[in-house]
Amino acid sequence: MTFRLAAPAAAMLAAALATAAPAPAQDLHFPSLSYRTGPFGAGGIPFADGYSDYLTLMNERDGGIGGVPIRQTECETAYNTEKGVECYEAIKGDSPLILQPLSTGITYQLIPRVTADGIPLHTMGYGRTSAKNGAVFSHIFNYPANYWDGASIAIKHLLDINGGDLSGKKIALVYHNSAYGKEPIRTLEELSEKHGYALSLLPVDSPGQEQKSQWLQIRRDKPDYVLMWGWGVMNPVAIQEAANIRFPMENFIGVWWSGSENDVLPAGAGAHGYKSLAMHGTGMDYPVYADMKQYVIDAGKAAGAGDQVGSVLYSRGMYAAMLAVEAARKAQEIHGTAEITPAMMRDGMEALEITEERMAEIGLPNFGPAFAVSCENHGGPGRGLVQQWDATAKQWNLITDWIESDLEVIDALVAEDSAAYAAEAGITPGCN
Amino acid sequence: MFYREAGDFKSSYPGDSQTFPIRFDRMRYYAVLAVAFGIIPFVINDYWASAVIVPFLIYAIAALGLNILTGYCGQVSLGTGGFMAVGAYACYKLMTAFPEVSILIHILIAGGITAAVGVLFGLPSLRIKGFYLAVATLAAQFFLVWLFNKVPWFYNYSASGQISAPERTFLGVALTGANASAPAKYLTCAIFLFALAWLARNLTRGTIGRKWMAIRDMDIAAEIIGVNPLTTKLSAFAVSSFFIGISGALFFAVYLGAAEVGESFGINKSFLVLFMIIIGGLGSIFGSLAGAAFLVLLPVFLKNVLVGMLGWPTDLAAHLELMIVGALIVIFLIAEPHGLNQLWRVTKEKLRLWPFPH
Repeated sequence: MTFRLAAPAAAMLAAALATAAPAPAQDLHFPSLSYRTGPFGAGGIPFADGYSDYLTLMNERDGGIGGVPIRQTECETAYNTEKGVECYEAIKGDSPLILQPLSTGITYQLIPRVTADGIPLHTMGYGRTSAKNGAVFSHIFNYPANYWDGASIAIKHLLDINGGDLSGKKIALVYHNSAYGKEPIRTLEELSEKHGYALSLLPVDSPGQEQKSQWLQIRRDKPDYVLMWGWGVMNPVAIQEAANIRFPMENFIGVWWSGSENDVLPAGAGAHGYKSLAMHGTGMDYPVYADMKQYVIDAGKAAGAGDQVGSVLYSRGMYAAMLAVEAARKAQEIHGTAEITPAMMRDGMEALEITEERMAEIGLPNFGPAFAVSCENHGGPGRGLVQQWDATAKQWNLITDWIESDLEVIDALVAEDSAAYAAEAGITPGCN
Repeated sequence: MFYREAGDFKSSYPGDSQTFPIRFDRMRYYAVLAVAFGIIPFVINDYWASAVIVPFLIYAIAALGLNILTGYCGQVSLGTGGFMAVGAYACYKLMTAFPEVSILIHILIAGGITAAVGVLFGLPSLRIKGFYLAVATLAAQFFLVWLFNKVPWFYNYSASGQISAPERTFLGVALTGANASAPAKYLTCAIFLFALAWLARNLTRGTIGRKWMAIRDMDIAAEIIGVNPLTTKLSAFAVSSFFIGISGALFFAVYLGAAEVGESFGINKSFLVLFMIIIGGLGSIFGSLAGAAFLVLLPVFLKNVLVGMLGWPTDLAAHLELMIVGALIVIFLIAEPHGLNQLWRVTKEKLRLWPFPH
């Protein structure tokens, strides 16, 4: 009785799976664990489009990377860890060069698996922050910035506008009640001891459509500033609620995942003045878009509906793809072969160096920070910008220069958390 | 013709009351066991284990547990996700606190802890039933998720509130963690499912099971003929939670390897397992397995057909998948309101008479 149904179902599935063609050898496999459905699709779609379009541009304009064409595959995770595991298991045998799940939950699932299977994982501005310590997390990279940098950059910005003193101020953190939203808490607590502000925590349960009580509490407590770690449908709801209680928008700062057009447009004029962090530039004023238009968009090869070009999260997807392509070039250079394996890709990522000149060559001058990755530092420089929404012009304007995070506080936390992970997982930290 | 009891004589009571009285049934059962334990472990690969079979086996255990409570004892529960979380977090705390003890023992103890919690939340069932009890168990679901989010002790004070299963071995073979091989994961879950299904089958046809069914069919009449509602209902909660706790522990430790309570054990999980037993058939062991298979395998199958074979865009396929699964649930329940198990029973009746139905 036990497995009566398993056998016929297995036969059916086997038939379905058998058709997945084995990979031709001469290409570079860049999978995309995307999500275009579900409550987080509003963030997943532009990112996946930007990621795919940049890789398409490489294929169409340059014939791939170092003459080897890129092969793209896409797997829908719906921001769900179980589907993420299914996607990972489906592609891991197909020599994927780099994985970017765009989900902190899925990242936590994948950290031990990719390390065992030798596949590099890039979690740009999300994931497990202490992966910055490459001596413990050999296959995990989170350059150019991470959540703790984000928390510190937000506080530094507040310090700047308050003349360097936050003592006696009240700061509330509205966060997605998941691994993602909880990440900055430890840093914000450390910083509150250092700078003397009072921190209050307001969790919002996933997906975050219901936030009335949290904003009622904000209305009652009247914090000086509100920080937000939100994603997907939670962002526009929070911004609308803040507008409803007439919270001064310039005192409301979201992390870089809470700062896209999709988040502020629903609140209309009420969102005017809302600030968010940014880890790269945005908009269409970059030379790369001329090629993008010629080779991808006008050629009808754009991913998805093609309506996201130039938006904040599209830019981020493109940035992620750009860093991946540069790492692949580096790997080709180090190993002297154009057909690289995931293990070579990892070496390329660890030796990655992004300079101002290189970004200008690519057609993205001053788009992101210049940085170099090393084994000790998989997290990049930890610099970010602050952008502010202009509801009348419907665009984001950068209002600061690059802000350095408080590495003194963060590096200590990274060392502590990564050491705890190393002990738990039985890893001997070391760089070779 | 192929499937009949004519000529299959029994000369003893045990022979007559065995689980599979028909010879053909029994042979097929042994054949399934032989395939499950003799062939699959040698041919299974990572994708099949981690994405298809292991989740099916684990959900089957959860569905069995809920079926004992809801299908056999008639107590509606929406707290399955919360009880799975108890199993997962109990297993995590035990794994990290006593690394030298075998993981298999930890999984069993996690089931025991969940049974105790289940009894606690089963207490209201002595006063309320039906929809009201469903609401009380819903409270358990939300309370437990809130608890595991709120109290950092449960997740060992990790920065993100995630729990991650460290590598644990049994006789030198890794069962949890990234280095666990596909056969090891598969066999762990298969052995637990086999043992628990065997236990469930034998409990439900003995005294305890008859008491549960008496309470389900009419509690006042059952009380009059001497069934104690206190012990009967609480034993159903205990056994059911034990099963669900084990499934939660396996779900976290063997299948996912890392979990987060809101995402992995939310209200959606409670509904998913409830749908499994409704589609499979209330009050049936086979129904639990069939329902779990339907809801776990079908989406993966559709994804592989639509994206892998037909090459459709992933978002279109994901939307279609929801529509197809939803439509099939409705069609199945219209065609056979008592679930897949009843469909199977009717098929067997027809096969018995075939090819001479009159």
